[in-house]
Amino acid sequence: MSDALKVADLSVHYATREGALQALRDVSITVPEGQIVGVVGESGCGKSTLINALLQLLPENATIPAGRITLQGEDVTRANARRLRQMRGQEISVVFQDPMTALNPVLSIGRQMRDIQYRQPGRRAEKDRRSAEMLARVGIPDPVGKLAAYPHELSGGMRQRVAIAMAALMRPRVLIADEPTTALDATLEVQIIELLKDLQKEIGCAILFISHHLGVIAELCDRVVVMYAGVAVEEGPVADVFLRPGHPYTIKLIECDPGRLKEKVADLPAIPGSLPDLTDPPPGCIFQGRCDRATEICATPPPRRVQHPGHWAACHHAKPEGT
Amino acid sequence: MLRYTFQRIVLALAIVFFAISALYTVMITLPGDPTTVLLGPRATPEIRADFRERAGLDNPVHVQIAHFWGRILTGDMGTDFNRNRPVADSVFSALPHTVALVFGAIFWSATLGILLGAFSADNRGSWLDRLTGILSVGFIAAPSFVVALYSLLIFSVWLRWFPTIGAGEPGDIMSRLYHLALPSFAIGLAWVGYVARIVRASMLEALGENYIRTARAFGLPRRTVIYNYALRVAILPAVQVLGVGIGGMLSSAVFAEIVFSRPGLGSLIYDSVSGRNYPVVMGSMLVAIGFFVTCALIADLINAALDPRHRSQR
Repeated sequence: MSDALKVADLSVHYATREGALQALRDVSITVPEGQIVGVVGESGCGKSTLINALLQLLPENATIPAGRITLQGEDVTRANARRLRQMRGQEISVVFQDPMTALNPVLSIGRQMRDIQYRQPGRRAEKDRRSAEMLARVGIPDPVGKLAAYPHELSGGMRQRVAIAMAALMRPRVLIADEPTTALDATLEVQIIELLKDLQKEIGCAILFISHHLGVIAELCDRVVVMYAGVAVEEGPVADVFLRPGHPYTIKLIECDPGRLKEKVADLPAIPGSLPDLTDPPPGCIFQGRCDRATEICATPPPRRVQHPGHWAACHHAKPEGT
Repeated sequence: MLRYTFQRIVLALAIVFFAISALYTVMITLPGDPTTVLLGPRATPEIRADFRERAGLDNPVHVQIAHFWGRILTGDMGTDFNRNRPVADSVFSALPHTVALVFGAIFWSATLGILLGAFSADNRGSWLDRLTGILSVGFIAAPSFVVALYSLLIFSVWLRWFPTIGAGEPGDIMSRLYHLALPSFAIGLAWVGYVARIVRASMLEALGENYIRTARAFGLPRRTVIYNYALRVAILPAVQVLGVGIGGMLSSAVFAEIVFSRPGLGSLIYDSVSGRNYPVVMGSMLVAIGFFVTCALIADLINAALDPRHRSQR
């Protein structure tokens, strides 16, 4: 199986007054054709930077000192502006986190969906028909009527469906989902997850699903990459990572998921400490400052210990396979 | 939308009512007796008293205001003391010149200001952005009568490109436009800078919004993103400001009309205030305020039409 999206040893730095902020360091993520790969991590782990890098929409003060991003075999970090625009929306597209702000408030849904099809030949009526079909596909009632509606006239859940319809409209090969359910209630969350699953089967695209919500990742994804402070610390098949986490950060993250709590507790579990300063990250393991298993050896770069076939954790203390 | 329009209209009428009533009071209590100015120093007390009585000036202020509104509602704006003709004639022969001047100024300054603002925001830090920044502050700071005087001096006295005085031949549209050019340049100049600053700021804000990132992420052409997706939102505050700015333009129009010796509301108000020609002052102020309030109202409605959020909330 070929890879739809491959991120290899990607680093992204931001120029700041305090020096280079290392937002991503040597991150590698592979999304095979037709699979759903999750990226999980708290705020500040580099999720947004990753998405902006994939789309090559990084702010001006960002640089990519190392690494490659290949989309269906093509290196997007070397593509020119023209080619990038061709890829965006057509080959790779995104469902953004906040459906309240991700749609233009003064343009109708129909206009925004028509604009996405600007490269397509055909008349306005034909494009509108295609948009309405896609709206119907994502479960929006009265899709033709909704084309004339403005984003503020729809509920949050409907808006997120519109955002998904927009992303799926051009049948991209890779779909990035940036916390698409975070702004929604739990019942809607399940519906959106189901919708993404169905669409993925129908279009046959690969999905990179980014979330801080472990339950959603477990529900939807084939593989998961755990990120902490701009570093990928563990990767493997979803069930394996959740059942046998190897990295102390992953273990803590799973423990802190309020969904796991069986009874009422006074204080929700939390990981003590805070994110390291990314303009001056500690040598060796990035998590050592907050890790209760940290020893002297953690000041040296941690090896990728294979936990299981296709499952590794970047930790000196992670037990290798079979022990 | 209908309800919103109705609310705005009622508010506009209330503003006109209070503004005119307040003005009337100020006008009456101003030092200087119209009888002295109009009838001359040699008029006898009997003639003065007779005039006061006929003009209704011997009544208390609130009665005068009530009479004034009563006459206005029947369509009578009074008699022009100086020219001995209905005030409405004086006012409505002056009004078109001022309307042309103000709209000419708004049209060119808003177009240029919006383009400069959008371009500056799009090319932040470019030489044109910096130049616009410096010039806008300069334009805003320069009083319009100074601009009017200097543009008169430079473009018509030295370069002889434009005519110095008047409003052009009646009926000849080219001559009218030719005479309109300098005065509308003079009162619009400050607004170019002002509109450019507002559009630039709201454009920069819009460009940072998530929906712009979405538009970019879908590979929309840069021009579409900037001029359709961002500018459509960024233009809203500028429209509102321009609507209110008409008031400012009316006061600059007074100077421009005096400097360029153009007929118009501005010069009419100036002449009638200095001549204590109360009926004309009140009539032209009523029309000027009405014009201003109408423009602000139109700006509100345009804004509502441009912004769908606005439309359905009210």
